[in-house]
Amino acid sequence: MIRTDVFFLYLVVMAGVTYLIRMLPLVLCRKKIENRFIRSFLYYVPYAVLSAMTIPAIFYSTGCLLSAILGLACAVILSLLEKKLLTVAIGACGTVFIVEYVMTFFG
Amino acid sequence: MNSRKLYLRGLKDGFPICLGYLSVSFAFGIFAVGAGLSIWQTILVSLANVTSAGQLAGVPIIVGSLPLVEMVLTQFVINLRYSLMSVSLSQKLSPRVKLLHRLAIAFGVTDEIFAVAISQKKEVETPYMLGLITSPVFGWVLGTALGALAGDILPEMVVSALGIALYAMFVAIVIPPAKKNHAVALCCLLAMAMSAAFYYIPVLSEISAGISIIICALVSGLLFAWIAPIPDEEKKGPSDHEADGAGKEVAT
Repeated sequence: MIRTDVFFLYLVVMAGVTYLIRMLPLVLCRKKIENRFIRSFLYYVPYAVLSAMTIPAIFYSTGCLLSAILGLACAVILSLLEKKLLTVAIGACGTVFIVEYVMTFFG
Repeated sequence: MNSRKLYLRGLKDGFPICLGYLSVSFAFGIFAVGAGLSIWQTILVSLANVTSAGQLAGVPIIVGSLPLVEMVLTQFVINLRYSLMSVSLSQKLSPRVKLLHRLAIAFGVTDEIFAVAISQKKEVETPYMLGLITSPVFGWVLGTALGALAGDILPEMVVSALGIALYAMFVAIVIPPAKKNHAVALCCLLAMAMSAAFYYIPVLSEISAGISIIICALVSGLLFAWIAPIPDEEKKGPSDHEADGAGKEVAT
């Protein structure tokens, strides 16, 4: 087991770096940005980040590839119907659960 | 809307994130205790950082007592995406949000909280952000504690099903604007294609997930800001305006 004082040293460094990365831009950028290119960039970035984080990671987020693909399909359909976040999340989880449950009968 | 109502609305919007975090942090709890941290240390790591990828990378560095500079570099690279999000969020926060409140909100900038905040139609105020942050942080710490205490408290199939929750939420955030705006849709497809390339192509797959996400987001964002800039701000509310305005830009 790691010594308590050593642990806290690492914890403070780890949390400090993580917090500064989040805090500095939020505190330093207080004015509305006028530049059209930068505003366009900031408009697209969130969607790009979420897309990159989802594909391909979602395929490996469940017990097997099949349940993940069907869970994703369910999420896409519910989102196209513009359902709420919680509905989409529960729908996808439910699909994964049912698919994996059914699969237990087929070994 | 008064502060109390705003806070409650944030709390409600944060609830799906809380559910998703329970499963992810549960897995982290199991991992960290297995790696050699005590239960209390594991919980403190989650409480102080609230970041999945950063924590996963950080625990082995603590346990192995590797050089501190390695901790700094790893956390910096993996979490750098938060600074992009914070810049974006700084434009979404109402000018009324004070410095002290910004310092508090900064603690809760995670992928999911950011995504929900940015998908709001109007500028967001302090109470809403605090409400939005409350339940995910609670879920993150609670899930960690449960995972650390008893790795097999939930049946495996339930953990497996919860694993997709956060990604399903991302899908729900990205698809509605992508449906209305072709530039957003294409930008997302490019980011996905690049991300898949980073994952599956042998040489590229050696690049850490944190860096590859930054590269995907920067390239897609810069390219589309260049070829499909959003219209200049007029008197309409910024986000509604941008959402349908950028589509017209592409069509013309």
